[in-house]
Formats: sequence, structure tokens, C-alpha cells
Amino acid sequence: MNGFKGGIHPHYSKEKTERLPILDAKMPERVIIPLAQHIGAPCEPIVKIGEEVKKGQKIGEAKGFVSAPVHSSISGKVTAIGKFPHPSGRDVLSIVIESDGKDEWVDGLIARPDYLKLPPEELKKIIHEAGIVGLGGATFPTHVKLTPPPEKKIRIIILNGAECEPYLTADHRLMVEKPEEIVEGLRILMRILNVQYGYIGVETNKADAVSRLTEIVARIPKEKLAETYVERSGIEWTKEVDAGPNIKIIPLEVKYPQGAEKQLIKAILNREVPSGGLPMDVGVVVQNVGTACAISEAARFGRPLIDRVTTITGAVVYPKNLRVRIGTLFSALIEECGGFSGEPAKIVMGGPMMGIAQHTLNVPVIKGTSGIVILPKAAAGEKDFYDCIRCGMCVRACPMGLLPNMLGIYGELRLVEKGEEFRPMDCIECGCCSFVCPSKRPLVQFIRYLKNELSIKRSRAKEKKEAVKV
Amino acid sequence: MEKLEELRLVVSSSPHAQSEETIEKIMFYVILALMPAAGVGIYFFGFNAIRVILLSVVTAIISEALMQKAMGRRVAVKDGSAVLTGLLLAMNLPSNAPWWLVVIGSAFAIVIGKQVFGGLGFNIFNPALVARVFLIISWPVQMTTWPRPLPLFSKALVDAVTGATPLGLLKAELLLKDNIGEVANISMIDLIIGNVGGSLGEVSAIALLLGGIFLIYRNYISWHIPASFIGTVIIISGLFWIIDPTRYAGPLFHTMSGGLMLGAFFMATDYVTSPITSRGMLIFGFGCGLITILIRLFGTYPEGVSFAILLMNMVTPLIDKYIKPTLFGEVKEGA
Repeated sequence: MNGFKGGIHPHYSKEKTERLPILDAKMPERVIIPLAQHIGAPCEPIVKIGEEVKKGQKIGEAKGFVSAPVHSSISGKVTAIGKFPHPSGRDVLSIVIESDGKDEWVDGLIARPDYLKLPPEELKKIIHEAGIVGLGGATFPTHVKLTPPPEKKIRIIILNGAECEPYLTADHRLMVEKPEEIVEGLRILMRILNVQYGYIGVETNKADAVSRLTEIVARIPKEKLAETYVERSGIEWTKEVDAGPNIKIIPLEVKYPQGAEKQLIKAILNREVPSGGLPMDVGVVVQNVGTACAISEAARFGRPLIDRVTTITGAVVYPKNLRVRIGTLFSALIEECGGFSGEPAKIVMGGPMMGIAQHTLNVPVIKGTSGIVILPKAAAGEKDFYDCIRCGMCVRACPMGLLPNMLGIYGELRLVEKGEEFRPMDCIECGCCSFVCPSKRPLVQFIRYLKNELSIKRSRAKEKKEAVKV
Repeated sequence: MEKLEELRLVVSSSPHAQSEETIEKIMFYVILALMPAAGVGIYFFGFNAIRVILLSVVTAIISEALMQKAMGRRVAVKDGSAVLTGLLLAMNLPSNAPWWLVVIGSAFAIVIGKQVFGGLGFNIFNPALVARVFLIISWPVQMTTWPRPLPLFSKALVDAVTGATPLGLLKAELLLKDNIGEVANISMIDLIIGNVGGSLGEVSAIALLLGGIFLIYRNYISWHIPASFIGTVIIISGLFWIIDPTRYAGPLFHTMSGGLMLGAFFMATDYVTSPITSRGMLIFGFGCGLITILIRLFGTYPEGVSFAILLMNMVTPLIDKYIKPTLFGEVKEGA
């Protein structure tokens, strides 16, 4: 088993939900669907207040290439379009829809049983039109990832089923309950990028997921194809070869951040994505298993992305894995889980290592909501921090080989130029350094400060350069 | 719904989980790891050892609190770092050190060794060693008068009988007879368990080794510094011993005597004053070992561990500047 350097072993706290089957959440009476649920340009609303909409109907049109459309997740009436609280902490232009209780699908969704024979461009279009983005939490529009520049040849697709964040079990349950959709999604991805090798990386604490996926992969029929060889002597001959897709399930060490894209590629292929580069620089595209499932549903049944699996756990009475309509308010889901158990101190969208703390429960589930974790007082209490004692725990924990101690010191002192020498831009914000720090220093926050200042500086420098050119 | 509105939620930057590691906990475990060696010291040197330890620890705590108050800093005595400094200094003193020597040393460690630099995390030199060297230079007689070890329950004599440390004896014999003389007769068993003259906490190699291994096992220190420090001493002393065993003591003698075990596991590994990367630690340990053995073999002082560590403390910022961890993705094309 290959691996990556650094990393940590937090309490995984997955036992509350890892054995609970995915249930359909109650249909919400009202949804707030933000027009920005992805990285890239926000959508433009294409419905008006008072308009009747159906489930699956497109209500926001993607603007620009790096963007994804949004669809209504219920049938009903548009009652408001305006700025509403969003899990990112900002208010975002959103469409509010009141349910008519009928939950009717929009007409014109096309099922394509021949999905594995469709031309790549058409599949890509289906994915774009379905509004599919990376469901692991990063929400990068999937069709963009599937359109690498021609000089980058993609040879391998990796599905990320590591789910290394504590508490979250949504991907785990999806792999156990819908392994077939995930594998079909992978085959669609492989067809789009004309790739022969697909890997699904799963941490070994999800043994049931590994065995379910392995079963499904074994069932894929192996096609025999005639391939022509030309020997050096010039003699041509043909041979029957297995041309079925080469899909493997890779068990991964249980270690955070095993599911970080670069670390996942390192662990599976022993390749390092160059500093500042992307997976495609080493011929790889990584997609989350949930994304693969959504791709398969979009291609086979014409179903746009209107819901997702989310783990609601921590200090709630009945923790659950729910299939939730996009736009459902957090408050409704917490009610559905029996309310809080004890006094909550922090509500996090995503996992506790990289998730976003919420200031209100009146925010909707978006495409990137992999979980809602309610942290009780003890775990979430913010302590004050002390000076760095140079213990080096952060250096050993950093999966990127950085010196978080130095970045933290320069971030705290706001010495951006000095901090730049220690490569803050390579930080993936996994949180390992802050996690292990015995002085409780908010290292990731300090590094985020440096990164932010540097990107402002760099874009200013770029503007200046362009201004000179003109 | 209304009830939910009243929630007082903490909003902060991720991560929202932290390990249970704290400075206090680390200091506690290091102090715990020193307990076997302190215990052996008390066993062989009796009440005097307890006296020195208590005096040193209490002075350190008081000096730390006073300094932090005076400098307008948060009083953080409960982090345990002053206790550890006090304990480490005591372990580096002879058990019959006069009370004022202990008090001056301990206060010096905290005030000059640590607080004037800005407190925990900012000092360049190991505070306990700064104080020890200050005391050795200022009061060489008191600092090098070693009581003979007397097991606790066989106390027939008052502990006024003094003698040389094994390393002191080695120096003297070489000077007088130009060979290792009496040193050849020192029982290795006594050296290992600590039944020899020396600072109250440095005598028992086995107790220190146990404590050191415990710290490595608990991941509070890494093996790099002790291994390269002790390894360098073994290799170089071994080479000289092979060349001329009549004039040079063997590697086992050098490893088990003096302050090497205490220094390698507990002083050189001080977080604040040693390099932060594994490769840097190896270089640091090698430097410590080299200087130690050079002083022991060719210097006028019989022991060189304290000087070696202090000299290498000075080099730590330089090592950290040039030895950095390998950045993920910093691979050359095609490699």
C-alpha cells in the first residue's frame, strides 16, 4: 500500500451513522435554492416570481463555462427571488419556491438506456445540463474537469470514496447502497475521457463498501476485441484482448486527509501532483463517488441534480443519512433528526476538519453539503492560544511538507512577504496542523490570511502589468 | 423555529476539531519520564537530592511568575515549563550544592535563560544548561565537588565523603599516568544503574534510557537527536578505543558516564532550541556528539555535553534555515 507523508488520526465518530441506511428526507414545504452553489460564475434566474415550476425544471441558467445550472427540487410556485443566507456565510441571490404538495417531475427528461454508447460530447452536455458539480464539497463544475486542455492526456480516473472527514458517512452509505450507479458513473467518465483505467479509492474502515463495489465490478462483462499488432519486422497480426474497462477498488489506509485529491493520487498511483499544478498534470481526473452516482442518474434517467445524500450527526437526537432536496433548510433537517441533544455550540456544514461553521440554521442545503455536524459545547469551545514552542508536531502532520509553524508565525504578525517564502499557496487547508498544535494556534486561519493577502497582491500585480501593456 | 433563532453559535475558521495535546500535558510527560532518574538520584544521594530538586523547582516557578508579571505578560506558570526547567537544572547539579547556588542557578535559568528572550518558545539556549554553565564558570569548586553515592538504607556515614566522577577520574589518570588507570576498574553495572559520583540526575544511564524511550514511544520526542547524538559518541570514542585502549576509554564507558544520557534524551531534544525537521535533528545530534567527544578526549573539562548542546543551540536557526522538509509536488520533471 502506497501512502503519503504526514496526516493525523482524529476520532472518526462515524459509528452513529455508518450503519444507517439512506432515508428520503421529508419533502420540504419551502426550498431556498441559491444561484451560486458551485465554484465559478453564479447562475441567472430564468423564472419569475409567481411562476409555477416543476421538480427538475431548470430555474437558473449557467453563465459562462465555469458554471453549472440549478434546478427546482420540488414542484410549486416561485414566491421570492432575492438575497438569502447561504452556508458560505454570505447572502446569495436565491430562488424561493413554495411546494404545491404534488412533487411532479418536469416533462421532457430523457432516459438513455444506451448511455454507454453515447458520444463523449453528448455525455458531457448531459452532465452540464444536469447541473452536476463535485459533490465531495468543493463543488467544482464537473464538465469543466472533463474538458482538459488537449495537451493534457488523461489516462486514469480516480473515484474518491475515502471520506476521511470525521463524522461523515454519506459517501460510505452510497457506496454500500448504490455501488452499481457509482461504477456506471465511473464507466461514463471513462468513456468521456477515453480512459482505460479507473480506480475507486476507499478507506479500509469501510470494508462493506469495498466488498460491494468489488462485487459490482466483477460483474461487468469483459468484451473481447481484436487488436492489431505490428512487429518490428513488419509482420502484422491480430490478437483477442480483454477490452472491458479496467476498474479496480483500492483499499486505502485510514488516515486524514486520505481523501485530499493530491494525497489520494499519491496513495493510489505514487505520483505527486506538481506544486501549483492540477491532477491532470499527472494524467489523472479525480471525482467523488457521489458525483459519479449523480452522473449515472443524469445520463441513464435524465435526472438533474436536485438532491444529495447528507449526514446529519453529532449532537442531534436521531443522527441520520438523508437524501435531501437541494434548498431544504438546515432547521428542517435538524427537526427531522429529533432536534438537538444538549446545547449545540457549533454547527458545521461538511466535516469538522474542513467544514464551514454556520451562524444560523436558516441556510439551505446546497450541492456541496456533504454533512451537517452539530458539535456540542466541549468540542467546539474556542480556547485562546499560546506562542509556538517549536515542538514540530505540525511539521510532522503536514501532508504537503510545509512548515506550518513558520507560516503561522508570519501570518500572526501579518508579515506577508516573509510568509511567502514558506509557500502558503501549497497549503490545502486540511487542518492537520491546527489539529495537532499543543499551543492551540489557529494555524490554518493564519495561513488563510497569508493566502488571501498574496492573491490580492498577485492580482494587483497582474492588473498593473496589463495596464502597462495597454 | 423561534427557539432555534436564539441559538448562540460559535463561528470560526476550520478545523473545528483539536487534539487533546497541550503544553501542560507535554511538560507533564517529560517530567514523568525524568522521575525514574530522579528517583535513582534520591536513592543514592538521599535527602540532599530532594532538597536540591525542591529548591530548584520552587525558585523556577517563583522567578517565572515574577518575570511574567514584571514584563506584563500572561502569567503561565501552570504550563509546567518552569517546573521542568527547575527539575532539569537540579538534575544537573551535585546533590551537595549549597542552597544559594541552587537558587541563583534556577533564577538565572528562568530570567536570563528564558524570559529575557520573550519566554517559552523564544529562547535560543536551553535555559537549564545556560544556568549550569554559568554556575560551573562562576563557582567551579562547588559545582565539581561530588558526593559519593550511598544507597538510602545503608547510611552509616554522613554524606560528606566526596570523590570524582568517572569522567573526572579519567581526565586525572590520563594527566598523571598517561593511561586510563583506575578507570578500567570501574564496574559497568555501577555505571549503568548510577552507583557513581556525578550530578544527582545524570548518574543512572538505565533510568534515563527508560524515560527517553517512553518519550519516544509516546511521540513527545523523536528518535533522531538521541540516536545521532549517542551514535556519534559511540563511533568516535570507539575508533579511538580501537586505536589505543590503554589511553582511551571504551564506547560503553563514554555512553554510560557523565551527562550523555540526560543530555541526549532530555536536554538536546528541547523543542524550542533544537531543529524542527528530522534531517535537521540528525545534523544537530551529530554536532552535539562530535563536540561532546572532542571535549571529553582533548579538552581540559572532563565533560562536554552541556557545552556541546549550547553550541549546537546556536546553530539551530541556521540548520532550520537550510534544512526544510521536502515539499509535496516539488519533483523534477520525469522523476
